[in-house]
Order: sequence, then structure tokens, then C-alpha cells
Amino acid sequence: MRDQIERGMPGTNRRGLLKCMLLGAAGGVLWTVSGGVPRAFQLGGDALAATPPAPGDFSFVQISDTHIGFHGEANPDPNGTLQLALARIAEAPVRPAMMLHTGDVTQLSKPAEFDTAQQLLKTAGLQTHFIPGEHDTLVDDGKPFFDRFGKENGTGGWYSFDQGGVHFVALINVLNLRPGGLGYLGPEQLDWLKKDLKGRSASTPIVVLAHMPLWSVSAAWGWGTDDAAQAISYLKPFGSVTVLNGHIHQVIQKVEGGITFQTAMSTAFPQAAPDTPGANPGPQKVPADRLKSLLGVREIAFVKDKANPMITDERLEA
Amino acid sequence: MSRTSILIGGVGMAMTVVAALVAGGGVLPRLLDPAPPAQAVVNHAMMDPAAKPVAATGNEVVIDNFSFGPAMLTVAVGTKVVWTNDDADPHTVTSETDPKLLKSPALDTGDSFTFTFDKPGTYRYFCSLHPHMQGIIVVQ
Repeated sequence: MRDQIERGMPGTNRRGLLKCMLLGAAGGVLWTVSGGVPRAFQLGGDALAATPPAPGDFSFVQISDTHIGFHGEANPDPNGTLQLALARIAEAPVRPAMMLHTGDVTQLSKPAEFDTAQQLLKTAGLQTHFIPGEHDTLVDDGKPFFDRFGKENGTGGWYSFDQGGVHFVALINVLNLRPGGLGYLGPEQLDWLKKDLKGRSASTPIVVLAHMPLWSVSAAWGWGTDDAAQAISYLKPFGSVTVLNGHIHQVIQKVEGGITFQTAMSTAFPQAAPDTPGANPGPQKVPADRLKSLLGVREIAFVKDKANPMITDERLEA
Repeated sequence: MSRTSILIGGVGMAMTVVAALVAGGGVLPRLLDPAPPAQAVVNHAMMDPAAKPVAATGNEVVIDNFSFGPAMLTVAVGTKVVWTNDDADPHTVTSETDPKLLKSPALDTGDSFTFTFDKPGTYRYFCSLHPHMQGIIVVQ
């Protein structure tokens, strides 16, 4: 099944894909259909698709929307569910090389919330890279966030680095948001991105982090980024681009040529599916025995000889 | 905890959405949308104060369900307007243009913010966390 987990099966008949989707869930391989291209999510321990990271592969974790300081009905104990998430990460058969936090570390940008988040995340014992969500930049244009987590960053807070043969780009799309708009990157950051990618070999795998989705999941709910198209145009020449987003507290995926966009689960609380009638983009209360099944973390592994990563979403509970 | 857990919650919701969209036929293009337009959408069309007003009065705006209610409020000069956040998410009250007369801190559930309008005019504001949330105070 490993080949099928790779991106891109050009020319596949749409009807065939639907059949695959309907049968796939029962058969133990979970597919999503997006942009007409099937994507299989590996299920841990399943005989069909059992290709967990092996030593020598480069694997890391995405954690998102921890919202430390949240105390609403949707989850009275986000510290506890974060600890569960970190326990899941600790169970990985191969220790991840690092952790990426795609924002909304805290609920209200309060010092005590940043303190607690930092303490809890440190227990994972992994080098961690952060980008802020809009909840992290409520005070002073995000100064408390950047003071703690942004020492490596250039002006504006965006940055890039290389690890495991992969080029990582961390974007900020939650600052200077414009009235009536969605997420926003801004011309300065776009210019930096263009320069950062220039001259890199098209076979270099790229991983892009951004808190708000870099595609329009829901304009009515503000789930998108106004000027993402320009950023995407800079990424198009590359053969393997994986965009990791947060903000919407659920996994939704889009494939556009060589670019796969994935939003992630939260470790704090779920949110409704986009544009659900009668719902809103905020915290969604569910029965207590369902909560942990809607929270999770993500493992990403670049396996030898494969340009595109294996992506495994782990719920906190079955 | 077992690693064999199947991701149903997060992806399941997405699959439900995908399945529903696929089943619904013409709605599938949502997932195939091209990138959103570069310009911000300023959706005040419904709230132009020059149009015949269905202006609400009083001095209170309730923030709930990711909206300001009423979206347009008309008050007399000198009125103190009170915004109260009844929503599960924090929100702010922020002037759309400079100078930012309205610049509330992040309002948690139950928090309030007040501002006294001494000069007539049309004051457009939005939530800086959720910029699609917009409102207007008309001071006459």
C-alpha cells in the first residue's frame, strides 16, 4: 500500500475514487477525496498500510491549537488533554526529531498561560519550533509570544530552516488582519518567501507552517488567507510541498498539484465542520466521552527514497 | 494507549463533509476553490448608514455567535456604548481605520468594553482576531 500513500494518481476515474473512499474506510485504509486525487492515511498497526517510520527516516510531530488558559465548556482541562497528546507522542516507536507547533499555544496571550504551555511542552523533550495563532498575538503585536518562542526569527517573525534534507518555512498569517478579511501574509513576508525559495532545487521537499489555512476552507467563517495565492505560486515549482495548518481544529486536506494542504486537530477542543448550519467557528461542546476522540496530534515521516511524506493523525482516544 | 486507534473524529468529520459535498453534486467545488482573492472583502454593503436605516437604538452591543448584535447601532452624541462578549471565543472591538479610537483588549467570555462617543460620525469596527466580524456605531 505504500505506493498508494504517495501523492498523485493522475488520470484516475472519479467514480473509481468514490468507490475507493466508501470501501476504504471499512477495509482499514482511510482515504479522503480532494481535488480528485486520493490520499490514504496510514492507520497505525494496520496490516494493509503498516509503514511506521523506521530508524533512518526523518520524522517529526505537528501539534496545534493547545489553547492553554481555555476554560470553557468544550474542555475544562486543556492542560490535561495536552499531556495526553504528549504521552501519545512519547509512545511513538521511533522518537521524532522535533516538534512543530502551528499556533494558538495560549488562549489569551497571558504570561501565566505562556508559562504553563512552555512547561508542559518541554516535558516532551523535543526541540520545538513555534508559530503564533491569533490567540497568541493579542498583546503588543505578539511581543510576549516572540520573546519566548521567536528568538531565532527574523523581522516579522517568519523564518525557515533545513533539517533531514527538508526545507521548513514558517509563515505568520495572523498579524495585521484587515477588516472583513481572512488571514494575511503581507507583501514584506511574501517578498521574503520568494527570496527564501529562490535557487533551491525543485526536488527539495518543502514543509510550510502557517496557522490559518492557506486555502479557502470557509470564507464565511474566516477560514482562509487573503493573499495565499502569491505564496502558493512561489511553491509551485517544487515537487513535494506539504502545508501544515491549524486554526480550524479538525483535519481537512486539499491537494493542488504537488502541494498538499493539511489542517490539524487541536489538543484542546473541536470545532464544527465548516459552514455547518446553526454552528459557528468557535469551540464546539461534544459529549464528554467523545471529546478525546476529536483531539489529536500528527506524525510526519519522510521515508527514504520517497519525496512525499507519510502523514499519520493520532487521536487521543479511539 | 494503543497506536491502532483509528482517526475517526477529525478526519471523520472531514470525510462526512467530503461525502456530503460529493453526494450533493454541485457543492464539491468548494474543496477545489482557487485561492481566495488578494483584496480583503469589506462587507459593509448591507450596513451602509446612508441607506434607509433599520438602525437599532439603546447603548448595548452583544457579541455572540461570531457577530456583533446589533451590527449597526445608532446613538446620540455623548452616549456610552457597552459591548459584552457572550461568545465562547474571545473577541475584540477595534476601529477599522486609524486613528484607532476603539481598541479594546481581548474580551474573554463575560468581559465588557465601553466607549463614550463625544463626536458625531460613523465608526466602523471589527474583531481583530476574527476580521470577518464587523460592526458600525452611528453617532448623531
